[in-house]
Amino acid sequence: MSDWPLLSLVTFLPLVGAAFILFIRGEPEIVAQNSRSVALWTALVTFLLSILVWANFDPAQPGFQMVEKSPWLLGLGVNYYVGVDGISLWFVLLSTLLTLICIIGSWHSVQERVKEYMIAFLVMTTLMVGVFVALDIVLFYIFFEGILIPMYLIIGIWGGPRRIYAAFKFFLYTLAGSVLFLIAILVMYFETGTTEIPRLMTADFDPSLQRWLWLAMFASFAVKMPMWPFHTWLPDAHVEAPTAGSVVLAGILLKVGGYAFLRFSLPMLPEASEYFAPLVFALSVIAIIYTSLVALAQTDMKKLIAYSSVAHMGIVTIGIFTPNALGIAGSIIMMLSHGLVSAALFMVVGVVYDRIHSREIAAYGGLAERMPVYATVFMLFMLASVGLPGTSGFVGEILVIVGVFSVNGWVALLAASGMILGAAYMLWLYRRVIFGALTKDSLKAIRDMRANEVIAFAPLVVLVLLMGIYPQFFLDPMAASIDQLLARTVPGAEQLAMQ
Amino acid sequence: MTAAMTDLVPALPEVFLFVAGLVLLFLGVFRERDGLAIVNPLVVLTLLVAAVLTIGIDKGPVVAFDGHFVFDGFAAFLKVLIYVSAALGVMMAPAYLADERMGRFEFPVLALFATLGMGMMVSANSLLALYMGLELQSLSLYVMAAFQRDSTRASEAGLKYFVLGALASGMLLYGASLVYGFTGTLSFEVLARRFLVGEGAAGLPAGAVVGLVFVIAGMAFKLSAVPFHMWTPDVYEGAPTPVTAFFAAAPKVAAMGLVLRLLFQPFGDWAAQWQQVIVLVSVASMILGAFAAIGQTNIKRLMAYSAIGHVGYALVGVAAGGVAGVNAVLVYMAIYVVMTLGTFACILLMRRHGRYVEGIADLAGLSRSRPGMALALGILMFSLAGIPPAAGFFGKLYVFLAAVDAGLVWLALVGVLTSVVGAYYYLRIVKIMYFDEPAEAFDSMARPELHGIAVLAAVLVAGFLLLPGPLLSSAEAAARALLP
Repeated sequence: MSDWPLLSLVTFLPLVGAAFILFIRGEPEIVAQNSRSVALWTALVTFLLSILVWANFDPAQPGFQMVEKSPWLLGLGVNYYVGVDGISLWFVLLSTLLTLICIIGSWHSVQERVKEYMIAFLVMTTLMVGVFVALDIVLFYIFFEGILIPMYLIIGIWGGPRRIYAAFKFFLYTLAGSVLFLIAILVMYFETGTTEIPRLMTADFDPSLQRWLWLAMFASFAVKMPMWPFHTWLPDAHVEAPTAGSVVLAGILLKVGGYAFLRFSLPMLPEASEYFAPLVFALSVIAIIYTSLVALAQTDMKKLIAYSSVAHMGIVTIGIFTPNALGIAGSIIMMLSHGLVSAALFMVVGVVYDRIHSREIAAYGGLAERMPVYATVFMLFMLASVGLPGTSGFVGEILVIVGVFSVNGWVALLAASGMILGAAYMLWLYRRVIFGALTKDSLKAIRDMRANEVIAFAPLVVLVLLMGIYPQFFLDPMAASIDQLLARTVPGAEQLAMQ
Repeated sequence: MTAAMTDLVPALPEVFLFVAGLVLLFLGVFRERDGLAIVNPLVVLTLLVAAVLTIGIDKGPVVAFDGHFVFDGFAAFLKVLIYVSAALGVMMAPAYLADERMGRFEFPVLALFATLGMGMMVSANSLLALYMGLELQSLSLYVMAAFQRDSTRASEAGLKYFVLGALASGMLLYGASLVYGFTGTLSFEVLARRFLVGEGAAGLPAGAVVGLVFVIAGMAFKLSAVPFHMWTPDVYEGAPTPVTAFFAAAPKVAAMGLVLRLLFQPFGDWAAQWQQVIVLVSVASMILGAFAAIGQTNIKRLMAYSAIGHVGYALVGVAAGGVAGVNAVLVYMAIYVVMTLGTFACILLMRRHGRYVEGIADLAGLSRSRPGMALALGILMFSLAGIPPAAGFFGKLYVFLAAVDAGLVWLALVGVLTSVVGAYYYLRIVKIMYFDEPAEAFDSMARPELHGIAVLAAVLVAGFLLLPGPLLSSAEAAARALLP
């Protein structure tokens, strides 16, 4: 089993499924049904394969595992080179899981152009998994940029009324950031003669060059994260995207930026990362407080969650640039938790949107009466988003806050205060939507969740609770990799595995 | 074998093209009524045979015809590219020509002679041979541009092309005469040897530098690089679509090949003299190509601005120089030709109620009426925009890498930023095809050659990353042949 190209299988199986769907012909109804089935099975097998990756993973080893390497771009020395370590492993699992959940979740809600939808989704899965397994920076960039194409189509074809504006803004905004990253890649290649990530991690760049490279990368990753003030594309894209599109955007695409900070900025440019850490802290604190206040004022549920994502990502960037074991572990847990929770919250909105076709908070009220299961699920994820102990959100936040406290007490204080605001807008949202009297006529006949919706939520519920109650399950496999990352970034840093 | 006969061997593909051209001209004259139907496939076949012959003969390098002609790995790469893309261009033409009632057999024969001129251009080893090849190509293209005699738009395009083209040829000739006057030679080899940089070498006379700038200006016209691009949008729009498709592919490759050989062989040691000119032209082309295309509503005109932009990107590689730069330009041009031919095959399929349409808005909702065509065109648009994983990205990757290697980081920066601006208008086409409400469907046409070329181009562009080896290794061999 171990000599199978397991990672390539996980990466490219969805693409094979997409190619298969492309050739489905026949009556529109049958095509739609078959496309759904093929997509579901592909996603399921991909997820099971990624579980196999997890089972084969050796947590004691800090380096990259299940490495595959073969020559690719001649003359450049760029190889097809993939592998996972304790950090990327979790993101691979998150990507395959969310894809599966999205396909189940959009079983009924997507009725138009189902075939194209499933193709776009599966292609996107390949690109997302590819981003996290790529060990060559050019290969990474190709996946990183390639995601824009299916996402552009998903927002533009299946999105809301202002979908075209949102799709263009999403594409051009992120592309503009990314191209500077490309220049940084070329300069790094020119300096070191390699594009392999493990070798670039040990390269010593001149400190002044590091700063330029760092800024070029920052332009790209900060837009992807997104950090304040580069976040303006996110509310538009989230609001207009169909539910599954929002789920993937919030669940995975936002994590690509954080992952890239961890993978490139910290180990490759340690001096510049230290130099610019105050900038990151400042922007992150502004993001947490400002976007929390903006979220309070929203009348659109999706927009509110979008702004809360920006705030949560602010905590992630603070954790990454602490840089100490607690902060980094916390930021990774935070990203995974946010991946599950925000994905779930967008699906929560999607459930009622499919029934009432409104995202306005004011259109709802008193749903607890008609939808008890829904109210329970919503409550769990709302509390996880707020960071209630016992849920995944708490673990990430507390680790980051403790981590940053040893670096800068003010940042810790301000970030923690942002969380109080977070509790305010989430609890208020919940009160307005779920509690109160059910007075609106449009809601009188609303149905509780369907079976496929319950199935889609179930794994998220389990994981959010597992991560909250037994975080070691997630922390142990990543400990060795984080220690190795820190050994490169901050020589003599304390080790996570020792604690 | 006599001396004259050994001279013919390296020029075998061109000799074959010439003889076949004459025979086909005769054949066409005698088959008055169905001339096009017979001559067109034969021209395609002739061009493909010439490509095969090119692969077959010894890549020496061999110099022939008293040093005026050279055949080496560099010329071989470009000739194969030119002959194949010209063959595809000719293949796309006859149905449209017949539909628009200009189905005359002279069209493919003219294309054949233009292609012969291109073959001579990339094998030119002296300024005289360069001019002869260029003029054979240009004169044939002038006639092709004005082929639709009854249309004022096409005649205007032809006339414009002719007048401005003649001006450019004049500049080139004047530049060549200056170079000759100040150096006493037209031969690339002598120029390269006599003015080597280093001890005891004579510097390049100032007059020759001025001449070189004139020659570059003349060639920038053929490349449609800014500021010599003015003819491009009008000719692309006005000329019959198959002619535009032909213009957009092979002649661009030939002109780029000519620029590479001229700048890197005779004037290779004088990069400092011409690099700034190329950088300027490149930056101007990238910027104009990105911004001017935004407001276009005619897809042929849009492709003209797109061509201007792409020439700018390719020139980044020329400015960078070295094996890496030349390699990048060759890879870029090869990918560009595939994308362009595929796009024009799609444009030729745009016909509604028996009339060909050219508006971008006519593509509205194509993803519903013609999902296959929309997918192919969509892939090509993302590739033209340079978004990975499409092939267009790799072309850009190579030229920008060469630029960074040569210390021109800022030029690569301009390149990536203009490509973001350019991405907008390619995305707009995707938006119209995929997001907009469907317009009336296009006529369904049984044009297997057009469908085939569009699908082939889309597959090549999307699948390039799976098997990049053959193109990359042959381009690198060609670049090494130019710069031993």
